[in-house]
Amino acid sequence: MLAFILRRLMQSVLVLLSVALIAFAMFRFVGDPVNQLVSLDTPAEQVRQIRESLGLDDPVIVQFLRYVANAAQMEFGISYQFRQPVTTLLAERAPATLELAFVSALFSLLVGIPMGVYTALRRDGVLARVFQAVSLVGVSLPTFLIGILLIYLFAVTLGWLPSFGRGETVKISGSWSTGLLTWSGLKALVLPAVTLGLFQMTLIMRLVRAEMLEVLRTDYIKFARARGLSTRAVHFGHALKNTLVPVITIAGLQLGSIIAFAIITETVFQWPGMGVLFLKAVQNVDIPIMAAYLVMISALFVVINLAVDLLYAMVDPRLRATLKGA
Amino acid sequence: MKLRSMLLAAAAVTLLAASPLSAKTLRYANQGDLKSLDPYTLNETTTNAHLGNVYEGLTKRGKDLAILPGLAERWETPEPTRWRIYLRKGVKFQSGDDFTADDVIFSADRVRATGSNFTTRVPKDAKFVKIDDHTIDVVLSSPNPILNSQWDTWYIMSKKWAEANGSAAPTPASATTPSFAALNANGTGPFKIESHQPGVKTVFKPNAGWWGKPEHNLTEVIFTPISSDATRVAALLSGEVDIIEPVPIQDIQRVNSGANVQVLTGPELRTIFLGMDQMRDELLESNVKGKNPFKDKRVREAFYKAIDIETIKTRVMRGLSTPSALMIAPELFSLSKDFTRPKFDVEASKKLLAEAGYPNGFEVGMDCPNDRYVNDGPICQAVVGMLARAGIKVNLNAQPKAQYFAKVLKSGGFKTSTYLLGWTPGTFDSHNVLYDIMGCRDDATSNRGETNLGGYCNKELDKLTDQVLVESDKAKRDQLIKQAFQIAYDDYAYVPLHQQALAWGVAKSVKVAQRADNSVLLQWITKD
Repeated sequence: MLAFILRRLMQSVLVLLSVALIAFAMFRFVGDPVNQLVSLDTPAEQVRQIRESLGLDDPVIVQFLRYVANAAQMEFGISYQFRQPVTTLLAERAPATLELAFVSALFSLLVGIPMGVYTALRRDGVLARVFQAVSLVGVSLPTFLIGILLIYLFAVTLGWLPSFGRGETVKISGSWSTGLLTWSGLKALVLPAVTLGLFQMTLIMRLVRAEMLEVLRTDYIKFARARGLSTRAVHFGHALKNTLVPVITIAGLQLGSIIAFAIITETVFQWPGMGVLFLKAVQNVDIPIMAAYLVMISALFVVINLAVDLLYAMVDPRLRATLKGA
Repeated sequence: MKLRSMLLAAAAVTLLAASPLSAKTLRYANQGDLKSLDPYTLNETTTNAHLGNVYEGLTKRGKDLAILPGLAERWETPEPTRWRIYLRKGVKFQSGDDFTADDVIFSADRVRATGSNFTTRVPKDAKFVKIDDHTIDVVLSSPNPILNSQWDTWYIMSKKWAEANGSAAPTPASATTPSFAALNANGTGPFKIESHQPGVKTVFKPNAGWWGKPEHNLTEVIFTPISSDATRVAALLSGEVDIIEPVPIQDIQRVNSGANVQVLTGPELRTIFLGMDQMRDELLESNVKGKNPFKDKRVREAFYKAIDIETIKTRVMRGLSTPSALMIAPELFSLSKDFTRPKFDVEASKKLLAEAGYPNGFEVGMDCPNDRYVNDGPICQAVVGMLARAGIKVNLNAQPKAQYFAKVLKSGGFKTSTYLLGWTPGTFDSHNVLYDIMGCRDDATSNRGETNLGGYCNKELDKLTDQVLVESDKAKRDQLIKQAFQIAYDDYAYVPLHQQALAWGVAKSVKVAQRADNSVLLQWITKD
């Protein structure tokens, strides 16, 4: 087991290094950061000095090695735009993104699973068909469009919910400020969480429905029915329970992508999280932020995958046996 | 149950805190971030306007952009190379320190130090001599009648405060330590910054100790950057913010049809223009080999006359632009009205091209930003279609400003054949245009013509430019400027297109002075 973990950790480091290298190779095509740092009428001599002091004239590989050496010491540099340490900026923005991701994951589970169960049990019901149609919308409409539609309906036309921002936040510890404890903070969460979670919700609903239909056909359900158990016990005690294993796997893996791809939702709702920070960094060629964010996100995926692998090993005796053998 | 009562209590507190009775809270959203509070870090209109609420320069500019006394009460020039500045007395920084000559001298050094983006605000060799605590002499090496034209955005910092907080030098982009001055502000202005989260939210409060007489009635200002156009407009329409800048052109009508909001439009000072590479012997991106067609004045004239500016105005800009004959806005040069734009005439263009030896036209590349100016991408697309009718096939390369500027500017080696650019002279003075945009690029040691991306060059014009710099008689100076502009006009050096309009979305309960440099200044805002 230890050997397995060590091997996976080694692989993870390789993955992180290659992500960083690819990112660095791409930064050359994003544009010249210096032009974003100075005004158009800045003397060229000064522009040259800044380029030099930032080390932008060095070969990519030298810049890359310098970056890796610093990153190994958790030193991600100073943002070109804000003149503040990138780690501080990311730490300040992380709570917003994490809260949004958590709430939208919760939303997708709490709504997606019941809808999936319902559509599986009442396959021809009118409501089931409506759910199916809604899920089609969730899968096919792009996030930004859904976000804008929701804003126009609930913020502009009805005036129920705010169109942007996080509302009032409360500082709970250090740099973690939460919007979950105030009324305006909760209200502000609704639209972005729904927008971000809609795709996951439809995914989960479809998954639950398909699995449920599959499970309902199996022999042990027939036996359970034959034993005279109530429909309720058959559906929720036996069928749903067995449906949930793949659902939990998928939901766990999707959490990573909810965090990583909140960029668009955050931009539409001006949600002050890491996604907006990253997008602005791309527009302004703020290389330290871009690099740190990409490495952080790939680290997140590596950790999630590692955790999933380990969980599998724990859950599945067959896999455990092969691991011992190896 | 406990959690619920806690939540209720928290909600009640927020509601109470959010609605004191007589408070006038202005909520303001802008497309751009307020990235750094250090007033010498980024020379950009939005940032300068924000900081202008907190910091002040020796001069100010009024609602019509006229130069007014600021921290300097008055000034005189006993000799052409010596300016005497009398500083305002009894002014205090928000930290409580007195404003004195030492702060001005300190700021003059800091603004010219490495890492400052405002080094051109004060000539490199100008010496600041302290006469007494509230009098300063500025000694120049050559006369400069427009010395103080940019001092309204050269913000004076407190020497004591900056030195005590390790911010005596401006934070360069390559800094390895965070900057105190980037997160904190200490000016003399009408507002102070209560809290600042870069790129998220900034809260301003009036400065009770301000020396001037407030024209606003605000008790708090909450600024949020909202980069998405649709969200910014929605926030205004739903009443969550009171003022937004800018309103996208296509949304103006919809905002105006709202019951409680309106759009304020006006001409902006920025001139949008097209330029052509007239320097290389062979264009970088063209099918004409061995020669550069734009060296021929007839080709430039053909290029100019093929552009139907009225169509760009009505179709692309939806009426919100002022076609321009000059490379400077009429507000900034009093004799602008003496120039008219040559008429749009495709047939003339074709004839000129044929005369110049291109009866079938030619192919050329065009660089264009697509996220910098109002509808910059669509303008270029329209231009491509218009030039095609004259026979010039344009291969358009429209890209985000980060890539665009990296390609076309001096640092990128001026790699362009034709391009679209916008320019507001930082000094609000014609000399800047004549020197930076129209000056010859041939002397590598001088920074003349640094933004003359096409390398247009006329020595006569340069001579006039140098006279303009030292001429202090206004009428004579204007005549010199006019002569210089006439040369560029006759040479078809550039194709000026228009001044774009500025568009602010404002709740009807808010009154605001809209200044033509697109600065949203809180001191001129009142809210019912």
